[in-house]
Amino acid sequence: MQRIGVFVCWCGSNIAATVDVKAVAEALGKEPGVVFFEDYQYMCSEEGQNKIKNAIKDYALTGAVICSCSPRMHENTFRKAAAAAGINSFMVEIANIREQCSWIHKDKVSATEKAIVLGRAAIAKLHLNAPLTAGESPVVKRALVIGGGIAGIQTALDIADAGFEVDIVEKKPTIGGKMSQIDKTFPTLDCAACILTPKMVDVAQSEKIRIFAYSEVEAVKGFVGNFNVSIRKKARYVDEVKCTGCGLCTEKCPQKKVPNDFNLGLDQKRAIYIPFAQAVPKIATIDADYCTMLKTGKCGVCSKVCTAGAIDYKQKDTVLEEQYGAIVVATGFNPIELTKYDEFAYSQSPDVITSLEFERITNAAGPTGGTLLRPSDGTHPHKIVFVQCVGSREDGNGCGKTYCSKICCMYTAKHAMLTREKYPDTEVYVFYIDVRTPGKNFDEFYRRAVEEYGVHYIKGMVGKVSPENGKLMVRASDLIEGKQLLIDADLVVLAAAIEPDKSARPLATMLTASMDTNDFFTEAHPKLRPVESPTAGIFLSGCCQGPKDIPETVAQASACAAKVIGLLNKDKLTCNACVAHPDEMLCNGCSTCEKVCPYGAITYESKEFRMPDRTTRIRRVASVNPAVCQGCGACTVACPSGAMDLHGFSNRQIMAEVDAICK
Amino acid sequence: MQIEEKFEPTIVAFCCNWCSYAGADLSGTNRLQYPANVKIIRVPCSCRVNPMFILRAFQRGADGVILCGCHPGDCHYTTGNYYARRRMTLLFSMLDFLGIERERTRLEWVSAAEGAKFAATMNDFVETVTRLGKNRRLEDLRCNK
Amino acid sequence: MEQKNLKETVLRISGVNPRKCMKCGKCSGTCPSYDEMEFHPHQFVYMVENGEIEPLMASKSIYRCLTCFACVERCPRQVEPAKLIEAVRLTVIRQQGQNHLKPDAIPALLDEDMPQQALVTAMRKYAK
Repeated sequence: MQRIGVFVCWCGSNIAATVDVKAVAEALGKEPGVVFFEDYQYMCSEEGQNKIKNAIKDYALTGAVICSCSPRMHENTFRKAAAAAGINSFMVEIANIREQCSWIHKDKVSATEKAIVLGRAAIAKLHLNAPLTAGESPVVKRALVIGGGIAGIQTALDIADAGFEVDIVEKKPTIGGKMSQIDKTFPTLDCAACILTPKMVDVAQSEKIRIFAYSEVEAVKGFVGNFNVSIRKKARYVDEVKCTGCGLCTEKCPQKKVPNDFNLGLDQKRAIYIPFAQAVPKIATIDADYCTMLKTGKCGVCSKVCTAGAIDYKQKDTVLEEQYGAIVVATGFNPIELTKYDEFAYSQSPDVITSLEFERITNAAGPTGGTLLRPSDGTHPHKIVFVQCVGSREDGNGCGKTYCSKICCMYTAKHAMLTREKYPDTEVYVFYIDVRTPGKNFDEFYRRAVEEYGVHYIKGMVGKVSPENGKLMVRASDLIEGKQLLIDADLVVLAAAIEPDKSARPLATMLTASMDTNDFFTEAHPKLRPVESPTAGIFLSGCCQGPKDIPETVAQASACAAKVIGLLNKDKLTCNACVAHPDEMLCNGCSTCEKVCPYGAITYESKEFRMPDRTTRIRRVASVNPAVCQGCGACTVACPSGAMDLHGFSNRQIMAEVDAICK
Repeated sequence: MQIEEKFEPTIVAFCCNWCSYAGADLSGTNRLQYPANVKIIRVPCSCRVNPMFILRAFQRGADGVILCGCHPGDCHYTTGNYYARRRMTLLFSMLDFLGIERERTRLEWVSAAEGAKFAATMNDFVETVTRLGKNRRLEDLRCNK
Repeated sequence: MEQKNLKETVLRISGVNPRKCMKCGKCSGTCPSYDEMEFHPHQFVYMVENGEIEPLMASKSIYRCLTCFACVERCPRQVEPAKLIEAVRLTVIRQQGQNHLKPDAIPALLDEDMPQQALVTAMRKYAK
């Protein structure tokens, strides 16, 4: 039998005005098991807490019921007080007689009655409380960053700076991501490579950071503080240690007809390649789909010219097993496929390009060496039409996205401005629905494009692009002038919507991290916890969480690093004490609970049991990992044999509350 | 059925800790009135509510039971409210089969910001249950002894 | 009151929700008979939402629409302006108490590739 103390708080007049606190205390004092009752003006005050502590000691209480405000306010306060007085902190129950009683009722009689019932329910529950101890789990002091774009790079650098080891997994042969493909960055117009490549070099030179380029995460097991990750290092057919990155092989390879994905297929590369000059790690990679040696066994030019002897045609994928305490997702974005947008003739004319392709064409390291030339005939375009919101802000039933891709307005202004600056003989038209420029110096930037550079901004959308005699006939509306325009453009640039990388969805499944309908990772709280996933130990950086420009991405990456450092700094993590636990004698091994658990906290193991007839039998029973279980209780209801129960909210406790209320 | 003039129904409300319980707190903070018949039981998630609890409440003399959870897609535990919704759908059809009026049980989504909705829901529910009168069909009279 | 009824009629016939429009003007940018029209497709959406049906009914624009469905096909928000224009046209016809299409004549005109609405519209416009 428990020895229970009841403490009724007046909360000044907040409770006492509508609830007869003395009557409540006396009524509850008559309940079985209650050996002490008291009322006081402010239970949460120092003095009030001392009253609780003293009563626990003086009357050898085993538990306390506190009739006060919502447990969301002061549950922790009273739990700490109880713990200080020497009883388990989970032996405290709170009856919410302020938010859910005194504040919502005016009639003192019924409010007092209700307060007594609520107190009774709390006492009934407390009778069945058992001391709980929150488990602890150690933290592996290493972090994994998935994705080596600017988000991943910044997060990794910041974590490494705090002294923790970081591994970056990047599926491409080099880190750098989308930013390495970009020419200039808005609104300052500094060269993307000039600000990105020093960071890439920092990553390569950091002793704390390891780069697994050309690798992918294959499986993730474990939980916050203790993730076990399998990383597949894809075969490059080049020995990473021996290769010096001299690039001789990439010049001599006879297979020249390989679409260059770094330049978005605008030109061709060799079957052995280094994506770009500043690649990190600077190691050649053989494209197995095109290499003659790998396909037919007859070539071997690269191995002959390689003075380091780094070419290894027999290299196989290897799988590494690594442990991490925290995982950062920085999988980034891609422009959407535009093949379904027939009206813009993207798949019919090579002169209709996406903005990212435009970046490559204007990039000094791109296919045209930085000269703006039409992909079809290599001539200089004199009329360029930019179309905004291609695939963004649609109604969701078509092939586009419902959200605003956020970056297009600004990069289109940048493209338009740079074109006018370099080629003043070029007419530039931008068709917009709205120009969205929230950001520091963003609107000023857009105004400069209009006022200083004379870019024609036209409110309206392009309806149709038709290739005719080497020109692109653009039919569009000018809503402000109320005209339909027909422009004979040389080049059409489409601001394609951006979407999360395709690898994000399977990764989210592996991490049990939740995603929204657009495959963006959801954050733990949209405002207050924007860089954490609801799954503990998973952090979000960059465009995997939503469309972002570079300054925002870097800000989020550093914020994310701060959260990771905060986690890795801890030696041990305190787990949730209210976790599920199976009664192994009742469990019949059906796996139902395993299927409903949103966290993968339940596994099955075969255990030896002594049977009543003194034989031993091996039975398959559920086992809950208390470090992973968040205590939602889905399994307790799903369990057909009633073996699963939840600490702190057990079946018997809730039933006791129901009984007390319905009495 | 003769409805007594001063019939005060007993109503049990299961509220999930993260949304609906906070919503109930908010309606208190905003001083939005609803009848004292409603007694709230805090559960971690709507999926913690075993249909047995609801049957037990009816058996012990509750006249109405309401389960409140986070809005679909907003569950703190990602999918808990979906489980709750399925379970309640089954329970409701079973109660229907037993002859318990459909209006005596309810499933509502109340977010932590919807204090007004919580109070309005409770007012409406209490009114509905009061109109239905005492739950006699499932009440186990042996429990009263 | 009259205006409100007209708007409701048009909305009911067309099944279009003009509030979905984000005013991008792609419908008018793509319309092949734009120059023939006094009111352009995007104006139809805007004016219907504002309840200005009578000027639309009085305008020749409703007969200039080819019902080519380019605007329906390309609208990023599936507002479907052609259906609105058709609905205004129908409202006019209904007020005149005429229906130019004879049900018996339909089967012979059916073509699987042609949108039903286009066929019906063509009949209303030209078969007298």
